[in-house]
Amino acid sequence: MTDYLDQIDRKTDAESPEVGDVAIQNYTINFGPQHPAAHGVLRLVMELDGEIVERVDPHIGLLHRGTEKLIEYKTYMQALPYFDRLDYCSPLCMEHSFVLAIEKLLDLEVPTRAQYLRVFFAELTRISNHMLNLGSHVMDVGAMTPNLWMFEIREDCMNFFERASGARMHGAYFRPGGVHQDVPLKLLADIADWLDNRLPRLFEDAISLVADNRIFKQRNVDIATVSRDDAIKWGFSGPMIRGSGIAWDLRKAQPYDVYAKMDFEVPVGTRGDCYDRFMVRVEEVRQSARIMKQCLNEMPDGPIASLDRKVVPPKRAEMKRSMEALIHHFKLYTEGFHVPAGDVYVATESPKGEFGVYLVADGTNKPYRCKIRPTAFSHLQAMDFMAKGHMLADTTAILGAMDIVFGECDR
Amino acid sequence: MRAPAPAYVANDGVIDTVTGVLGAALLHSLDAVGEVALHVERTSLVETMTLLRDTPGLEYQQLMEIAGVDYPDRGQDRFEVVYCLLSLTRNHRIRVHVQTDDEKPVPSVTGIWPVAGWLEREVYDMYGVLFSGNADLRRILTDYGFRGHPQRKDFPLTGYVELRYSEEAKRVVYEPVKLAQDFRSFDFMSPWEGAEYILPGDEKAKIPEQKGAPTPLTADAIVKADAAKSPVAGATEVKTSENTTQTGAGKAGPK
Repeated sequence: MTDYLDQIDRKTDAESPEVGDVAIQNYTINFGPQHPAAHGVLRLVMELDGEIVERVDPHIGLLHRGTEKLIEYKTYMQALPYFDRLDYCSPLCMEHSFVLAIEKLLDLEVPTRAQYLRVFFAELTRISNHMLNLGSHVMDVGAMTPNLWMFEIREDCMNFFERASGARMHGAYFRPGGVHQDVPLKLLADIADWLDNRLPRLFEDAISLVADNRIFKQRNVDIATVSRDDAIKWGFSGPMIRGSGIAWDLRKAQPYDVYAKMDFEVPVGTRGDCYDRFMVRVEEVRQSARIMKQCLNEMPDGPIASLDRKVVPPKRAEMKRSMEALIHHFKLYTEGFHVPAGDVYVATESPKGEFGVYLVADGTNKPYRCKIRPTAFSHLQAMDFMAKGHMLADTTAILGAMDIVFGECDR
Repeated sequence: MRAPAPAYVANDGVIDTVTGVLGAALLHSLDAVGEVALHVERTSLVETMTLLRDTPGLEYQQLMEIAGVDYPDRGQDRFEVVYCLLSLTRNHRIRVHVQTDDEKPVPSVTGIWPVAGWLEREVYDMYGVLFSGNADLRRILTDYGFRGHPQRKDFPLTGYVELRYSEEAKRVVYEPVKLAQDFRSFDFMSPWEGAEYILPGDEKAKIPEQKGAPTPLTADAIVKADAAKSPVAGATEVKTSENTTQTGAGKAGPK
């Protein structure tokens, strides 16, 4: 050590730039496709200058399943379960765009209770999605405990989905014209109890561990700052555009179902960095709980699906007693309903951002074209300019704050 | 509109403003199912989009989606590229359609919205539509080295190749697709509503009706017909059999 100190004694970079520096070449590494922090099958080809990221080229499509092609060969009802499998962390919000697009083409009225149930479960999905994202984000930057606690909440959400639809993840619960079946009163009572007691206790405990944590802030504040102009140009939506300080929420701006009646706040970030995006999601969980409580208070009784028998099949009990119901049931589960020709682009606020469906109908019982607008596509594309100049370890924080799920990105 | 679809600002006057701004570049416009669709000239797409973004009163700042659609029945210009625009300030959505085929390139809008880069790559990957000015027009969703454009209507749902891990070659190998059962194409179209095929059995209706069995005669007619017949020649001979050759029996067994 003393030798080395003697060697560099009084030598500065200005007089001899070589001292202490080693000239290195940029090198390229593969991040993924099998990497726990890649949140699925993402392959990032990164060009690094030492530990600084110079260029990122995301390679996606490793989970491409041809969903859009398959949908063209299915009736509208058969195509619905594919939507659960797009973003498998927020399945019901994926269905929401699709059923709204079909209803828009059919000009179908949906009973109020069904609209409340959809909003209610869409918000429960949002909580469940954010639990996974916030938890994995803090784990990507080194914290373990909050993730475990938030997975507890996610598990509760899964149980509620199971009690409502019969499936923990792939519910196929939203249907054109309403929802599949009514929920038992006990389930609503249990969710109300959960919203009042268990959710705030677990969630606030978990967030209190990271929100003001010095290490967490060092890893997130001022990482991947996105200006308002960039957010607009790169087609950001959801928490990503709100994190950049634009109060844009489709639930407020273009309300669907009964969101127009809901009373909630839209959180926005001030600096547009990863920490802001994280905190926007934290606040959205609280607002979602608020919307759910309001739904519970206001939800009326009544039918849970449209009574138009040419679109919504009758219930099984009715089918046993009525010949007409039997015929409708048979026709709707084989041929399905026909949707008048036309094309619509319907976008809803999924937990990750604007999730859109561009549906082209040709008057038959199958969609002519169903283009799905994934949220991750525009966000992941911005990875290159967001990661530029940051350290290699920051890419996991940037990815975590983007909230990307490849089922939806690759389709 | 009765459906609970997302409600944004009404379309009133949008088409008039757009017609005034775009002029001849606008081929025709449509306000259907509560949405405005503009069909525009392909060659001047970039100018059109810049006008739609920058003109006060239009202000479509965000490009949310580019969708390709394939209409093989149209003959020329079978592909339609659909741009979904969103105005954050006016809270309005609009669609811009252009038509092309697999040779004529669509001008890229990456200069206006960098987000278009991947969206155009996807349309190229799925349909083979070319975008002039997109510096990075690689495939995006399909496999490395994939051939064909899978969203085209003439691309089979099953594809052409399948892959598996080969234990002998110690790598993933591609093979022509083999279906364990025939591809099932269910057709639930009602035969009353103009099915284009002939139902099994219906083809008989086209053939002219064949002569059926003759009508049975009445007993009276039979008696008359019998009486009118002359006796058959040779019928007077009594038919007898004198030996076994005449009866057709075989030889007698060994004694």
